[in-house]
Amino acid sequence: MDAGDNDHRPGDPVRPLPPSQGAEPVIETHGLRMRYGSADVLHGVDLRVHQGEVVALLGPNGAGKTTTIEILEGFRRRSAGEVRVLGVDPDDGDEAWRARLGIVLQSWRDHGKWRVRELLDHLGRYYTPYGTPRRARPYDAGELLGLVGLTDRADAVVGTLSGGQRRRLDVAIGLVGRPDLLFLDEPTVGFDPQARREFHELVQRLSDLEDTAILLTTHDLDEAEKLADRIVILAGGRIVADGNAAELAGRVSGKAEVRYSRDGEHHVESVEDATGHVRELFATYGEAIGDLEVRRISLEDVYMTLVHEFESGRRTEAPSELTEVAR
Amino acid sequence: MSSRMVAVRAGLQRGWIEFRQSTTNGQDLWSVMFFPIISLVVMFLLRHNTVPGTGFSLGSQSIPGILGMNVVLNGMVALALSLTMDREDGTLLRAKATPNGMIGYLTGKVLSRTGTAVVGLLIPLIPALFLFDGLELGGVSSWVTLVWVLALGLVALLPIGAVLGSVFNTAQGMGFVTLPIMMLMGVSGVFYPISAFPEWLQWLAQVFPLYWLGLGLRSAMLPETLAATEVGESWRHLETIGVLGLWAIAGLLLAPVVLRRMARRESGSAVAVRRQKAMQRTM
Repeated sequence: MDAGDNDHRPGDPVRPLPPSQGAEPVIETHGLRMRYGSADVLHGVDLRVHQGEVVALLGPNGAGKTTTIEILEGFRRRSAGEVRVLGVDPDDGDEAWRARLGIVLQSWRDHGKWRVRELLDHLGRYYTPYGTPRRARPYDAGELLGLVGLTDRADAVVGTLSGGQRRRLDVAIGLVGRPDLLFLDEPTVGFDPQARREFHELVQRLSDLEDTAILLTTHDLDEAEKLADRIVILAGGRIVADGNAAELAGRVSGKAEVRYSRDGEHHVESVEDATGHVRELFATYGEAIGDLEVRRISLEDVYMTLVHEFESGRRTEAPSELTEVAR
Repeated sequence: MSSRMVAVRAGLQRGWIEFRQSTTNGQDLWSVMFFPIISLVVMFLLRHNTVPGTGFSLGSQSIPGILGMNVVLNGMVALALSLTMDREDGTLLRAKATPNGMIGYLTGKVLSRTGTAVVGLLIPLIPALFLFDGLELGGVSSWVTLVWVLALGLVALLPIGAVLGSVFNTAQGMGFVTLPIMMLMGVSGVFYPISAFPEWLQWLAQVFPLYWLGLGLRSAMLPETLAATEVGESWRHLETIGVLGLWAIAGLLLAPVVLRRMARRESGSAVAVRRQKAMQRTM
């Protein structure tokens, strides 16, 4: 789609072009594994992200989200498996490759003495040689500040920004090279509700207007549902669910939670056919059934159930009904 | 323009911005001037003492050494410290995430540290010229010597600073470096001619660059006759170039290897871990 971004630029060593980008995913991993010492953190992750797509990577702490992202960013060498990011193996990614990535990590506190606009201008300069006719690099600092709502703080010293403002500056810096692919690691931690909403609007604008693919991690399921075209749940170093919000919701809405008491003892069951199940309950136990409650399972419930099952070791294989949601 | 040249130019801008920050900020300026101000006050009180075997003021004799020491502090030590701090707050990782960012980062760092070290030498020199007699900075040759000694000294010191800053993981770890440097200052003839020290101590001092930087600066600022009080009764310019040159070569060979190894290990989780440790320390 955007092969022009791989054009040879003067002054850079000639780099073989990756095969035609037509249908090539922006991120593609096969059997990605990571092992620290004797502990396996990733057990074969297969992940695809396409141009302009927003994918949310969910999972409990220690599920391997950060490790996955750091491998994709080229900050960490994998133990095994195939990885292509923008058509390049991140372990061999050169500076021209890096120029097409935007990275927003959790814990930036850097450049505290710099002024907001000064820093954005400065970091933008490095991207100048990597511009293409279709994608001018870098972003204009003033325009970018407007985009993240920091125009009135342009001359502020970075160290004096509030938590939410700092985070928005981090996002602006991640965007300054007008990336084809943006990594957002828990972008809205510490945001107040208004800042969060503004940020969500920004992310939607980015993927719509700039055709930027975004891979974000979050603990906020509402956020994932609102922002992401597709949700990937990682638990215990494996992908246990992969599908867009509607598909996942469709998958789970057939299931419902049935709560009831029988002879004073409480039961909770998750069933496909709630009505049939309840009919059966009454047919079998009649008067003994009380406190009946039928509830559709929310995304949060699915997430909690899956993660809990993985953590307690009851499930070692991904549930077949959730992994292969077709794209 | 090649992408690397773009990064070098961005690095020049970076160096200027950081230099401006450290010279317009009271706290930074104090840390640049702290050592020479204290030392000048002490030596002013001792100005009536003389260098053994001469009628020359010990206070005046110590000025070049004090300024040399300040170059070590503001060049080498401050570079090492800022490298560890930049790793703690993610500045270095930011450079790594930017195309050719490390080139710009290092260019800027070397430049801003050089600027600060030069300022740290020149500014205390002004009151020193009024307070102490006998400094000779009227001739062109004095300034020529001062410039080449300072330039060579910085080329020798900055790579060492980069290595130290890469090896020590935290700003706290750098504390272990400051102590030996203070001891080195004691034996390197900053305040007192080392010709008065036991011979083994003289040899020890002459291994390290601080002594030679001080000697070179003394040769630039003091009257020719004072050479008689030095080891070998000479300013020993050739030896100065030799020893500082060797340190420079060793540092320039070692620093890129160590820096690359350090940068390769940087990642978001590494920064997060370090940040957590730093927070635990302050609690």
